Amino acid sequence: MNAQVEAPVIEARGLVKRYGGFTAVNGIDLTIGKGEVFGLLGPNGSGKTTTILLLLGLTEPSGGTIRVLGLDPLRQPLSVKRRVGYLPDQIGFYEHLSAGENLAYSARLAGLSSAEAGKRIADALQRVRLSDVRDKRVSAFSRGMRQRLGLAEVLVKGSEIAILDEPTSGLDPQSTQELLELIRELAADGVTIVLSSHLLSMMQSLCDRVALFRRGRIGLIGKVSELTADVLGGTHVVEVSAGGVDLPAVLKDAPHVSTVTPLSAGRWRVDADADVRADIARRVVTAGGALSEMTIRQSSLDEVYVRFFEGEEHDRAA
Amino acid sequence: MTGRREGSPFSGLSTVALKEAADHMNSARIHLVMLLVLLTAVGSVYAAIGQIKDTLGEDQFLFLRLFTTAKEPLPSFVSFLGFLVPLVAIALGFDAINGEYNRRTLSRVLSQPIYRDALLTGKFLGALLVIAICLLTLWLLVTGMGILLLGLPPGGEEIARGLAFLFATFAYAGVWLAVAMAFSTVVRSPATSALCALTLWLVFTVFWPMLAPLIAGWVAPVDLLDPMTAVHQINVQQGLSRISPNVLHGEAALALLNPATRSLGLLFPSQLSGALMGAPLPLSSSLGLVWPQIAGMIAALIVLFTIAYVFFQRQEIRA
Repeated sequence: MNAQVEAPVIEARGLVKRYGGFTAVNGIDLTIGKGEVFGLLGPNGSGKTTTILLLLGLTEPSGGTIRVLGLDPLRQPLSVKRRVGYLPDQIGFYEHLSAGENLAYSARLAGLSSAEAGKRIADALQRVRLSDVRDKRVSAFSRGMRQRLGLAEVLVKGSEIAILDEPTSGLDPQSTQELLELIRELAADGVTIVLSSHLLSMMQSLCDRVALFRRGRIGLIGKVSELTADVLGGTHVVEVSAGGVDLPAVLKDAPHVSTVTPLSAGRWRVDADADVRADIARRVVTAGGALSEMTIRQSSLDEVYVRFFEGEEHDRAA
Repeated sequence: MTGRREGSPFSGLSTVALKEAADHMNSARIHLVMLLVLLTAVGSVYAAIGQIKDTLGEDQFLFLRLFTTAKEPLPSFVSFLGFLVPLVAIALGFDAINGEYNRRTLSRVLSQPIYRDALLTGKFLGALLVIAICLLTLWLLVTGMGILLLGLPPGGEEIARGLAFLFATFAYAGVWLAVAMAFSTVVRSPATSALCALTLWLVFTVFWPMLAPLIAGWVAPVDLLDPMTAVHQINVQQGLSRISPNVLHGEAALALLNPATRSLGLLFPSQLSGALMGAPLPLSSSLGLVWPQIAGMIAALIVLFTIAYVFFQRQEIRA
């Protein structure tokens, strides 16, 4: 299932991180290719943010190895951080400084000359549509503007990899859409993007591949279509309402059908890896049943997520 | 454990230091504290000048009297500095690190290509720079007031002694800055770390002078039949009281600004035989006298900064 990745830019092997007695990350293997948009999914406290900090060398692993752009973030942290941009969750800026001053400080820390920094800052602010508030203090900024400013910082650095930790948390729908558009543009420029989020529909449309984290391990990894096939047993979901028929018995040997789950009296959910409506209709009628309703849809990441974490106790230590 | 790391721990140091200094210079908090220091300093020197004018011509180091003369109810410039400089240093340092946590800027700053060393050291140097500028300004202001109001210029040795005193005060401020920064790394809330630093400041300015004799009396009781036990007790008491940076600074100021000071400890009559009472010591001898005090303050500064450094390096970035 772990598809071969061309030209890996991030490679982690057997990554472990313990905080005291608590194991936040417990043996993660991860390979991300150049130009990929990679999604990290999972409940709070499942190890996503810790994994991100480990990739950046902002915290030391208790075990395992990491390679980012061929470098070791532990031994060559400056080289890694020069080429990797990071947008932390709940990003903070110096409130008393303006947007431009905040970016200029980061640019100086990144070692850019002031002429080069000035040019890049103007470009980046233009791109995230904050040019007109360049000289305003960040204390007056909304959450959406702060997130965009954070993305501008990633742009100023000219990062080859952008790591975005829950970039859309706490944003209104319009700001979320704006931010997504910016992330898409970034990906179109060839920047490798690693992002974590709880917005599953957005992850489904944005990410090439996703990894589902559970209790510090990666439970599933792959393309969304592969995951739906693995977890749900199919890419299509058919809901059937019919009377006078026992659907599971009728569909027992039907091709493409993987599972039949009763929803209520006379209602079932059928998971399949193809459009099986015609076959279901034929079998129900042949069995003497009265078919009253049938709907089909593609399985979504939401369903994969819910099914995967069924029975999981949520809200363990964050 | 992790082997050698590549890259200089100093990259980004000057950027952080200059940004911090600029932030301090613009912050209302520092403006307020500096205004307080300025007003009290000018007040005490003005009072001292009035006092000096009444007793003109008694002293060859008249100019240094500006700093040490007190006129009731105002204390002298030196004791004002000893009292207020820690306050300035604490105001500069108490939220250095935990403030970054609370503003959530720490992970963003540390994701830039710098080491943690650069952030902590840069913040320390930035605040030291502000302290140096403030002290120098204050000293120039007082000297200028003295020249204008007394109508006589300071001599070369007076300037040298004044600068040496300035340096001692700078080291003293550095100690309190290191105290404040150590609390800011260890304690997560800025309000708590400010309170911790202020408590320590109160203990050393108000309670330590009372506690030291008590502890000395308990540790080294005086035996009425053996006079040497009394000497021993005084030595113990002095050693204890010198744990306080305020005492070290006070002693350094005394020896530097009052050239007649011959010793900062016990002096027996036999040691004074042949000495001209009240005759000033040369500058080099006075410097020799305060050398341990200044070295002690610098050592305290380094130890406290190291504590902050170790804590900060071991801290997890996640709140």
